[in-house]
Amino acid sequence: MRTLSPRLTQRIAFSILFAATLFVILPVAFIIGVILKNGLGAVNWEFLTAMPRASMREGGILPAIVGTFCLVAGAVLFALPLGLCAAIYLSEYSKDSRLNRAVRLAIVNLAGVPSVVFGLFGLALFVGFFRFGASILAGSLTLGLMILPVIITSSREALDAVPGSFREVSLSLGATKLQTIKYAVLPHALPGILTGTILGVGRAAGETAPILFTVAAFYLPRLPRSIFDQAMALPYHLYVLSTQVPNVAPKIRYGTALVLLAIVLLMNFLAIAIRSHFRAKKKW
Amino acid sequence: MVIHPKIRVKNLTVSFDGKASLKNVSLDIEPHIILSVIGPANSGKTTFLRTLNRLNDDERAMKVSGEVLLDGKDIYKDHDPVSLRRKVGIIFALPVPLPMTVFENVVYGPRRQGIRDKKILGATVERFLRDAYLWDEVKDRLDEPAMTLSGGQQQRLCIARTLAVNPEVLLFDEPCSALDPISTAKIEEALSKLKRHYTIILVTNNTKQAARVGDKTAFFLMGELVELNETGKIFTSPEDRRTDDYLSGRFG
Amino acid sequence: MPSGRKLKEIFFETAIRASGVASIFIVGLIFFFLFKEGIMLFQTQKLSGFLFGKNWYPISEPGEFGILPLISGTILVTLGAAVLSVPLGIAAAIYIAEVAPPQSKEILKSGVELLAAIPSVVLGFIGIVTVVPWIKNTFHAPTGLTAFAGAVVLAFMAMPTIVSIAEDALYSVPKTYKEGAYALGATQWQTIWRVVLPAASSGIVAAVMLGIGRVVGETMAVMMVTGNSPSMPRGIFYPVRTLTATIAAEMGETVRGSDHYFSLFAIGIVLFVITFAVNMTADLVVHRKRK
Repeated sequence: MRTLSPRLTQRIAFSILFAATLFVILPVAFIIGVILKNGLGAVNWEFLTAMPRASMREGGILPAIVGTFCLVAGAVLFALPLGLCAAIYLSEYSKDSRLNRAVRLAIVNLAGVPSVVFGLFGLALFVGFFRFGASILAGSLTLGLMILPVIITSSREALDAVPGSFREVSLSLGATKLQTIKYAVLPHALPGILTGTILGVGRAAGETAPILFTVAAFYLPRLPRSIFDQAMALPYHLYVLSTQVPNVAPKIRYGTALVLLAIVLLMNFLAIAIRSHFRAKKKW
Repeated sequence: MVIHPKIRVKNLTVSFDGKASLKNVSLDIEPHIILSVIGPANSGKTTFLRTLNRLNDDERAMKVSGEVLLDGKDIYKDHDPVSLRRKVGIIFALPVPLPMTVFENVVYGPRRQGIRDKKILGATVERFLRDAYLWDEVKDRLDEPAMTLSGGQQQRLCIARTLAVNPEVLLFDEPCSALDPISTAKIEEALSKLKRHYTIILVTNNTKQAARVGDKTAFFLMGELVELNETGKIFTSPEDRRTDDYLSGRFG
Repeated sequence: MPSGRKLKEIFFETAIRASGVASIFIVGLIFFFLFKEGIMLFQTQKLSGFLFGKNWYPISEPGEFGILPLISGTILVTLGAAVLSVPLGIAAAIYIAEVAPPQSKEILKSGVELLAAIPSVVLGFIGIVTVVPWIKNTFHAPTGLTAFAGAVVLAFMAMPTIVSIAEDALYSVPKTYKEGAYALGATQWQTIWRVVLPAASSGIVAAVMLGIGRVVGETMAVMMVTGNSPSMPRGIFYPVRTLTATIAAEMGETVRGSDHYFSLFAIGIVLFVITFAVNMTADLVVHRKRK
């Protein structure tokens, strides 16, 4: 049997690899295309600013948008300070490599915990144990825990990328450790921290399972009144519309999917833009 | 009248991970002189310098024994690192301007001590940029990023920045190793003027520079202080054979 | 008496140190609360009956809480997703890391990031409107809501993980390995196949494990397209129900403190243990190699 020449083998192999890559990437365009094509017609001012009517078969999705906004804001308010402090600890303080490794493993695991398990945890701890009930507070905290690993990991990378010489210079000029972190390290890590936070926001906005039992209201055509109120949320609303409510006009489903996808992808584009902008500007 | 040493080092041993970088070093440094510290690579001279303002503190598994006294006060017992570093400034081998304006670089230290008054800060900038022989070159560029200065200017900016903390002792860690001869000459000129107000320790790989600017010179080898004497003496008639070998280029 | 400034420093440093170890605390807390609720099931049920029972009838009287059908459903969907996503994901990682020209590399990487960013519920929705009818028509199944639909949708959730981690593994192969192979006259493909891939194998294994870990834990998309039938799966073209979907679908209807409620937490423990093991092993695989 004749064997193929190395050149030909390479060409065949690379073609297969290229085809596989297309198979991974093209569906992204396909998904965005399908949702845009069918959803654009549904999205108008009324859809974005009106309450749902007739068991969600008519009207808008305002409470879901507002609910998602509240949940995401709450999650970031909780996760950003905690995650940033944790990253600072790992990058600037901890010298104990065993503790460091334990923390790193904990973060890896936290990132791997299934989202529905976060939901169970939120139900047991925030809804039950702390008696917050199914509320924006409980949902935000649950989502916050879920995006914590994203924020810690990206903030830590950003802090680690600041040259050690900046710290040394600052310390040598008589700055305290905390001053050094605040004035010589954090400002230069900010783009990375921002990128991670925005990615976390995108993630929190799109998650459904963690809010199922901690906050989400099936149908609540009014705006939330306090952080102890239940709320609708976009991803849960899309789930409800697509599987729980019969005879919903496809337009409304696609419109909801489009708004959700737009928010999430916007966050990701924003993160990518910030990252590449500062990468190009970086001078050290 | 007895001159009290500015810095007295007694039996100083510093080790990292169990490996000694400095072995049993004892020496006195009088105020208002330039002490040049020379020696081959890994002789411990940089470790010595960084110990004087406790910049080694954060290194992994560092151990220190012996004493370092600044004006008679133990830098490990009577000072915390922050107060010590405000008295003992350091200039590194490579200039590291922080990514902010020239002005903000100079006032970085004063700001951390809580000084906010614009007038005081402005006066500080002018005074210390003049002391570092940089004022005329950058007086119109104070709001530009410090990164836009040339290498030699950056190093003089770093000197001004250190002076602005009002230290009493200046440590220079091979400050000219990355500079061209003209920039080097400017820095050496600044050094000779600065010793009127500061006690200066200059670690250098360039023995000629040590001879040019040092009042006294110390020779380190493999973590030990081999010899410390008047610069003229060291370079003309060293007492130790190893000093002679090093200076005549037999190793190092 | 410490000054105000000093007190502020002490306060912040304490906060930083506490936050540093918070992750460990949170993981412990998650396990504790799952366990606290889940363990209650075993006051009335046997562990073996829970793990190996073939009947999941949580609301009949008395309830039956055998999760074998759910485990089987999870395994079936996961295997299907793995078969689709592992070869494609690794191939794409190789293409992006080794073959693609620099400009398209950035675009392709952004594409993978976008795929990772698409919310699970949107993928589930897309699955319902595209994959499910396609399966129904192509394979003449009574319903398109099948294990196969779950596998297809989940494959796209596993791919970004597999691609990005495998890509990192390929990048971390020392350049000198490749240069050595080129110096011996190997083609680029021979170098990739015989030098780069073996050198990156442990990272690729970790990528596959983490991708599968993501599939096992995925909830919404799989719940929306697999048909939600908690009986022993009869095949890839039949409806199934996974562990995650069971929790998500049923928790809303349980009474707090009932066996049904506890049993869903017990399923949570199973999921937590599986993903914990997957993540620890993947981490071990990666770090053993680096030393």
